[in-house]
Amino acid sequence: MKLTLKIWRQKNAEDKGAIVDYPIDGIEPDMSFLEMLDVLNEQLINKGEEPVAFDHDCREGICGMCSLFINGEAHGPDRGVTTCQLHMRMFKDGDTIFIEPFRAKAFPVIKDLVVDRSSFDRIQHAGGFISVNTSGNTIDANTIPINKHDADMAFDAATCIGCGACVATCKNSSAMLFVSAKVSQYALLPQGRIEATDRVLNMVHQMDAEGFGNCTNTGACEVECPKGISLENIARMNREYLSASLKG
Amino acid sequence: MAQSALLNASILKKVAMALSGIFLITFLALHVSLNFISIISEEVFNQASHFMGYNPLIQYVMQPVLAIGVIFHFVMGFILTLQNSAARPIAYAKYNGAANASWTSRNMIISGLVILAFLGLHFYDFWIPEVAYKYVAGTAPDATRYYGELVHKFHDPIRTGLYCISFVLLGFHLWHGFSSSLQSMGMNNKYSRSLSRFGYGFAVVVPALFVIIALFHHFNN
Amino acid sequence: MALDSKIPHGPISDKWTDYKDHINLVNPANKRNLDVIVVGTGLAGGSAAATLAELGYNVKAFCFQDSPRRAHSIAAQGGINAAKNYQGDGDSVFRLFYDTVKGGDYRAREANVHRLAEVSANIIDQCVAQGVPLAREYGGLLDNRSFGGTLVSRTFYAKGQTGQQLLLGAYSAMNRQIGRGKIKMYNRHEMLDLVIVNGKARGIIARNLITGEIERHSAHAVVIGSGGYGNVFFLSTNAMGSNATAAWKIHKKGAFFANPCYTQIHPTCIPVSGDHQSKLTLMSESLRNDGRIWVPAKLEDAKAIREGKKKPTDLSEEERDYYLERRYPSFGNLVPRDVASRAAKERCDAGFGVNKTGEAVYLDFAAAIQRYGKEQAYIKGLDANDKNLVIKLGTEVVENKYGNLFQMYLKIVDENPYVTPMMIYPAVHYTMGGTWVDYNLMTTIPGCFSIGESNFSDHGANRLGASALMQGLADGYFVLPYTIGDYLSPDIKMGEISTDLPEFVEAEKAVKDQIEKFLNNNGTHSVDHFHKKLGKIMWDKVGMARNAKGLNEAIVEIAALREEFYRDVKVPGKANEFNQELEKATRVADFLELGELFAKDALHRNESCGGHFREEYQSADGEAQRDDENFAYVAAWEYKGKPSDAVLHKEELVFDNIKLVTRSYK
Repeated sequence: MKLTLKIWRQKNAEDKGAIVDYPIDGIEPDMSFLEMLDVLNEQLINKGEEPVAFDHDCREGICGMCSLFINGEAHGPDRGVTTCQLHMRMFKDGDTIFIEPFRAKAFPVIKDLVVDRSSFDRIQHAGGFISVNTSGNTIDANTIPINKHDADMAFDAATCIGCGACVATCKNSSAMLFVSAKVSQYALLPQGRIEATDRVLNMVHQMDAEGFGNCTNTGACEVECPKGISLENIARMNREYLSASLKG
Repeated sequence: MAQSALLNASILKKVAMALSGIFLITFLALHVSLNFISIISEEVFNQASHFMGYNPLIQYVMQPVLAIGVIFHFVMGFILTLQNSAARPIAYAKYNGAANASWTSRNMIISGLVILAFLGLHFYDFWIPEVAYKYVAGTAPDATRYYGELVHKFHDPIRTGLYCISFVLLGFHLWHGFSSSLQSMGMNNKYSRSLSRFGYGFAVVVPALFVIIALFHHFNN
Repeated sequence: MALDSKIPHGPISDKWTDYKDHINLVNPANKRNLDVIVVGTGLAGGSAAATLAELGYNVKAFCFQDSPRRAHSIAAQGGINAAKNYQGDGDSVFRLFYDTVKGGDYRAREANVHRLAEVSANIIDQCVAQGVPLAREYGGLLDNRSFGGTLVSRTFYAKGQTGQQLLLGAYSAMNRQIGRGKIKMYNRHEMLDLVIVNGKARGIIARNLITGEIERHSAHAVVIGSGGYGNVFFLSTNAMGSNATAAWKIHKKGAFFANPCYTQIHPTCIPVSGDHQSKLTLMSESLRNDGRIWVPAKLEDAKAIREGKKKPTDLSEEERDYYLERRYPSFGNLVPRDVASRAAKERCDAGFGVNKTGEAVYLDFAAAIQRYGKEQAYIKGLDANDKNLVIKLGTEVVENKYGNLFQMYLKIVDENPYVTPMMIYPAVHYTMGGTWVDYNLMTTIPGCFSIGESNFSDHGANRLGASALMQGLADGYFVLPYTIGDYLSPDIKMGEISTDLPEFVEAEKAVKDQIEKFLNNNGTHSVDHFHKKLGKIMWDKVGMARNAKGLNEAIVEIAALREEFYRDVKVPGKANEFNQELEKATRVADFLELGELFAKDALHRNESCGGHFREEYQSADGEAQRDDENFAYVAAWEYKGKPSDAVLHKEELVFDNIKLVTRSYK
């Protein structure tokens, strides 16, 4: 396959940055998108140019490190996958592909396609936990039975990989899907209920402080989420937040 | 948490948008019902309009509440839109919004602005003359004038056309707005799906009725 | 230097309790005066950082990723073992201990493994208390599945994402401490050297990967939880960034490196598709619970399939060779990983491979779909003879159990595994070897601890499925927090350690010099070029089956490649900026040394055990032949300037509680 890549290049956080065109040839349909970028980088290094910086790690769709806004969509045109699992068979010979970093005020660019998502971490520091110390004397794991339906829903919410595709996709750069997934996971479990009020207030407060936009329920996040995190979580968080606000 | 932080919280702003939206939706239902009477009976329409125009509860309580609701919904909508665009200072070179969200959901500000412009026209057509009639000129109440005024407004094909276009955009706004408000208020249970369906129906039927009423009076006279 | 494993005396089941009862403790007020550096934030590092901070120590945690949540523990799929005996199927601490020692082919330290089995149950309690959504049954209690190499169901799981859920649990515990200021988190930082002051580990040199700044960090103890070294093979199931640098740097500063040749080749990975391949994707071992592994029984069928003339579904039952069920009737498809991997290689080497490279076998779910479909039809009172209905119902059950894995396979291979059997092939997955540690998890450098995959301790020569998560969390939550206290207790009045000490200056200079050397090298080939070459040598000559000739060649070739690397590597960019090629260069430099020691260790171990299979040492029917007489020891290597000069130290393994027998799964 022969392709034209239009890639965002930006030397560092202060640099203005611009889209640069890179023609590339010899791409096989079985390659992953990142392997295609590996090929490009190998060529750039051999030519004495700077390779394109992009985040990636596990390359099996679970660590959440890879990002990329490809042809106008977070993680590219495929559904239910991260960029590392996107394969070149999704593209056609001769295609032009735009490759941009995830864009949001709360995700500043570090270099080229690499962004700083530590705002997500800070939201978790604000309340993404259950306050239980480690000890060998915690109650037996089977002491509190949990309705399988709730446990499964908590699990589904917990499968969020924190990649930020929801923010990148949302026309408002809202982080509601991410935050609601964590809030929901704990809200659905008896262990998490105890701190539910403070958790939702603190996490939403931090989310707002980070400069994410407001949710307008377009549903784009759910469509682009590589793990299919449901919008129901946002409704649940809204509910949790409202009742927490009323409790004060 | 500080009270001020609570009032600034994104979720509460959403909920406020949702509540004001739902309030305006109920008003629309009332409005369309009254207007629809004009197709059925001139006399009943005049009676109903007169009641609405001179009942003190409606005039001095409901009307200001409605005005506040409208203004709040618009102002909040603008504030949220500005905040949202500030959340992404550098735009994407390529953004394929159509791939994952409906046009209506992505363009509430556009449909909203059209509705706002329409409200201007609508006030110019009905509300200003009404105020001028009742309060500026101090003319004595006339319970039979409303139908004639209504019909008169729809003589002009351009105005009728503008009204109809606005109603279509209103439909777009409602299409997303109705179910969105349920989601914002955290409604997610066995009823929410049927309520959403009702919302989609509402978003089609109500604007369609407005269009029918406008066209009826335009062509009937 | 003689190795002292510091195993407490007394009966095995009392050792850990006795130990805890008699160690020195640090009082809560004094813990505030003690700093601990934790490098790596996977299950081991993350859980250790959180627990130490809960206890009151000042923790500085480092990870090279952009968030601790991304550590590669997140990719573990199948589950975590614990001797809970919730299923009432005869499990116990002793049985888990026994299975682990046996599964490790009797090359693990008994006392450590018993302790691991003892605390395993606490891990499940702790994780559930943290809100980790482990799988449950309809009654609301925790569910279990069975895993390779055991006869009980003791594996707890969260669909195919157990590692993710457990790591996010540890991450949440870290978050709580980061929020309280007890953990200072250094994301996108890479440890590039250890600083030793007066013979004790007192700090590290780290590179801020965003700014390129070289930073000095001091502490009273340094904990390495940086994972394994599987990426020495270039292609592995490890993450692209997984590296051995932290572990190798401490080795070069005096920590012995134990059993590097014990590497686990996981049997169920998606086969290589071409030269562009950057990594391999694992399919959870849990698939072997329901999938049946086979190759065509006739060579001509295998050939026809490779050429695309036949499809696997064209072959009748008689034309298939379910070779694991044939060779190992009692464990069948659930034999341990090393056995399953070698059996696949044996079939493919014999010409029965089924993809175009000839390196793949089938993992077939058709029988499971039938079995579950019929069961569901009975449960629902439907017609169990309706073929389509049974397939539909069975597919639903399989999807429910393995949906995410099947989807992953479909995305990568572009074939629907519900309809046509999956293709799998072994791939490097986990390294049992690592820094040598004593019972306290301390390396041969005082104050430098090593936990999780980065140490060598609990899995012997082969790790059982669902035991890595158990070990990582056991070390971090329940073992290190005790043992480090014992070590730190004399340091309570020491105060903060200055980073202006000459030892810091010197270490920092060495790091900066290495970086400058790479950037000014002006070579002709990229780092990946060398990494791929190293990987090929390792896979071909130090891979699933090894022999003396190949290992000798590998040692020479790796040493030559290392020289070429330093002469000819090209690293673009600058030192004081975000520079991913530079990051790779420092990592590959260490792999190029580690690989050689790896081959040297494999060459010296004249036996086949667990993940180490020497072709010279096998029985007539191709099973591994262990040599307990001469090799029942841990090989701990001391660095002496070059891998070839490394000095071997032996820790004899004493088995008081388990009788050494030939490991048989037949």
